[in-house]
Amino acid sequence: MADKMALAKAINESLRRALESDDKVLIMGEDVGKLGGVFRVTDGLQKDFGESRVIDTPLAESGIVGTAIGLALRGYRPVVEIQFDGFVFPAYDQIVTQLAKMHARSLGKVKLPVVVRIPYGGGIGAVEHHSESPESLFAHVAGLKIVSPSNASDAYWMMQQAIQSDDPVIFFEPKRRYWDKAEVNAEAIPGPLHKAAVVRPGTDLTLAAYGPMVKLCQEVADAAAEEGKNLEVLDLRSVSPIDFDSIQSSVEKTRRLVVVHEAPVFFGSGAEIAARITERCFYHLEAPVLRVGGYHAPYPPARLEEEYLPNLDRVLDAVDRSLAY
Amino acid sequence: MTVESTAARTSRRSAGSKAGTTGTKRTTRTTAKKDAGAKGTEPQLVQLLTPEGKRVKNAEYDKYVAGVTPEELRGLYRDMVLTRRFDAEATALQRQGELGLWASLLGQEAAQIGSGRATREDDYVFPTYREHGVAWCRGVDPTNLLGMFRGVNNGGWDPNSNNFQLYTIVIGSQTLHATGYAMGVAKDGADSAVIAYFGDGASSQGDVAESFTFSAVYNAPVVFFCQNNQWAISEPTEKQSRVPIYQRAQGFGFPGVRVDGNDVLGVLAVTRWALERARSGEGPTLVEAFTYRMGAHTTSDDPSRYRGDEERQAWEAKDPILRLRRYLEASNHADEGFFAELEAESEALGKRVREAVRAMPDPDRFAIFENVYADGHALVDEERAQFAAYQASFADEGGN
Repeated sequence: MADKMALAKAINESLRRALESDDKVLIMGEDVGKLGGVFRVTDGLQKDFGESRVIDTPLAESGIVGTAIGLALRGYRPVVEIQFDGFVFPAYDQIVTQLAKMHARSLGKVKLPVVVRIPYGGGIGAVEHHSESPESLFAHVAGLKIVSPSNASDAYWMMQQAIQSDDPVIFFEPKRRYWDKAEVNAEAIPGPLHKAAVVRPGTDLTLAAYGPMVKLCQEVADAAAEEGKNLEVLDLRSVSPIDFDSIQSSVEKTRRLVVVHEAPVFFGSGAEIAARITERCFYHLEAPVLRVGGYHAPYPPARLEEEYLPNLDRVLDAVDRSLAY
Repeated sequence: MTVESTAARTSRRSAGSKAGTTGTKRTTRTTAKKDAGAKGTEPQLVQLLTPEGKRVKNAEYDKYVAGVTPEELRGLYRDMVLTRRFDAEATALQRQGELGLWASLLGQEAAQIGSGRATREDDYVFPTYREHGVAWCRGVDPTNLLGMFRGVNNGGWDPNSNNFQLYTIVIGSQTLHATGYAMGVAKDGADSAVIAYFGDGASSQGDVAESFTFSAVYNAPVVFFCQNNQWAISEPTEKQSRVPIYQRAQGFGFPGVRVDGNDVLGVLAVTRWALERARSGEGPTLVEAFTYRMGAHTTSDDPSRYRGDEERQAWEAKDPILRLRRYLEASNHADEGFFAELEAESEALGKRVREAVRAMPDPDRFAIFENVYADGHALVDEERAQFAAYQASFADEGGN
């Protein structure tokens, strides 16, 4: 029974299933109740599960995460929504200093199964602070797990797994893909949460991406195929941990790697991937690992975002540069 | 489908709105008391025992300590004396190099014992890093508190064994955890209460303001217990607030009270009142325990750089332990035998703590990688293996 549904709807269905199957699951955030969230991801949940479980919070992100920690200490499994990527920073202290470290500080006695949902990334013509990709700022912090689905089916299943995780999970939702539809089989048996997937096998070069950039990389592979190049596309799905084994397997075959993300290249996840894959695959690589991403500049005004974000031509350019070695 | 029992919630809600009225009245009353005083004078505080050890009648709060027996009074005295002894031992251990740092509670024993003893077993406590007296009341072994100050762990006790959360060093963060926990208590329909400790310095933190907002909006059963010890390292309370801290509650819609933080009986009464409000669905309360940090902020601090000794001397006259001793003696609630026995017990505690700290081993080096995650993490596994290989390379060379 696979239904075709939009990515946002898939998360909605996944949250609904979690609310139904575990009465400790709570939804919290700004406008998540009656409105159903600014992207309607929580649409209808408060109506069906009540204000006690789907909670409209005061507009205070640190408060949202801080109280979610307290609720988790009491045995709840809060799924909190940060309305937009650029709004997470008031909660950064609670996430980095408290949420991430409590399990270690308590020598394993305290578990904080909190999911922090963050719609992220650009490409929707938004105003300032609504288009950022801050995943690296969280990946640097031990104690957090970070995932980002690229399609509706993964969004559904990864949310299920994130809620079941006894570790805090930052769940980055590719907001520009919210309305992309794909088949979601609610009875499938999902693979491990942090395992990458080969979404297009190829032989000449590996494109590694996650979240919103996977679709772009598939388009790049299509375009490259017309030029006779056979690219492999790897959907990493998880940014912490990163499935280096899968990247390594792919690179040992293709001998070339280009990493694509919307976040700035400098200190981005691509930098870590490049370093580690160079260590692991030094004798296999025919070219240095290349990265395509945002620039070391504030996210630009919407009329310039197409210049800032990786697009078909910029990724193809990197592919050409890699193949030129 | 699990539409959660909205019944529990609804009843708490309605209890809350009913209580809201009480709360508002209480706030007004507290404010009225303050306004009655001339401008520029200290706002009135609740005090049941004067520094001279005289019992003062208080129409509002006497009933909360009416049943306190002489034995219980001696118990409070014992708690304070032992806590002070433990604290002094920890300071000495730092001076001897056994601890890296110590944050002394000297002078704040009444605020901590009075409030700690007001809590019930099923209540939950969210401390800062100075609540050694509260930990004592909760039954946390004092030697457990020393691990983080020795540098062998970052806490490590099981918060759920005594409903006493780990110490929180980043000031104010725990007030939000307390609020969330209290929201959970309310959802569960339990009648437990939660108490969050913080200081005058932390009162400036956004997290504390947010915890006031959240607890008020959700009518959470939480008591915010601010020990105003007058100093945030080198900054006096005037650098934190233009109004007395307890008055902040008013703007959030719940009552705030200032109590003499060196009066263990007053603190016990006010905290019991506040916890009872929480239990009966009346929502949050702010208690400001007006006290004094007699020592340095921590063993790394040098108060002589920012405050004079006269102030300390003035507060010495208001010592929490001395005043209860005067009261116990004057009312014949304790004899010389009691004090002598307690002295011996204190010394025994000091010795036990000393020996426990000195015997505390350094953790195994692989502890770095333990408990980073509950469900494991590939990178942690990989780095642990690399670390092990690196360590093993010394063994290969015939090293350790």
